[in-house]
Amino acid sequence: MELKTKIHAEDNKQEIIITRTFDLPLELLFKAYEEPELVAQWMGTKVLQLENRQHGSWRYETAHEGKVVFAANGVILEFVPDQRITRTFQMENSNFPVQLEFLEFESLSPASSRLRMQIIFKSVAFRDQLLQMPFAAGLSMAHDRLQDVLTLNNK
Amino acid sequence: MNLRRDVFQAIADPTRRAILTLVATQAMTAGAIAANFDTARPTVSKHIQILSECELLQAAQNGREIYYHLNPEKMKEIADFIAPFAKLWDDRFNTLEAIMNNYKNKK
Repeated sequence: MELKTKIHAEDNKQEIIITRTFDLPLELLFKAYEEPELVAQWMGTKVLQLENRQHGSWRYETAHEGKVVFAANGVILEFVPDQRITRTFQMENSNFPVQLEFLEFESLSPASSRLRMQIIFKSVAFRDQLLQMPFAAGLSMAHDRLQDVLTLNNK
Repeated sequence: MNLRRDVFQAIADPTRRAILTLVATQAMTAGAIAANFDTARPTVSKHIQILSECELLQAAQNGREIYYHLNPEKMKEIADFIAPFAKLWDDRFNTLEAIMNNYKNKK
């Protein structure tokens, strides 16, 4: 099945472009990025800070069974309602350098809209590493299942 | 004999696939890889050799040890590396869409 989300990552470039068309009016799509309670719901994270203005900052923290598993923060460089958000993104407790994100919101019809997210990385290697993380995680999960099967068979 | 191996033939074997998953997250020595299997060490070495010949594994010398790691370039030939990344974002955006549709209807 074709995904509604498109990833564009050219070889040897330091960027990823993610585009997605939503069956939502532009205002609702933008609201999902603007309102802390809504961000928390769809991102499945705790929104500790979200200052929607130039030079504002944001911080998200995701916990699993009481333990923080993911935390990220950044600075908002540009905030134009229903048009664009430019911000930095940095994972905490990680050696990953800061990323620069350009989010552009566009209305396609009264009931549909599009988001274009351009992420710029410090190097091609870091870009590739981030792209491959879910792939590697998938492989590891497949391997864990394989281990479980092997353990069961050996009993 | 050093035949040029086909990538697909290389991953047809479950042990070789398991080796690839092991080195996906970290470079490992042949000994460390073999420790994960009940199979005899020479058998594991043979699998590593096959994976290296078809360039799915890359070797890097570190002191006296040789570490094997996954070659992402070659893996691209057998798997769409970006697919899980796209799936992650697609799931996230599907959730956004569902939550916002629900939000709209509540208003």
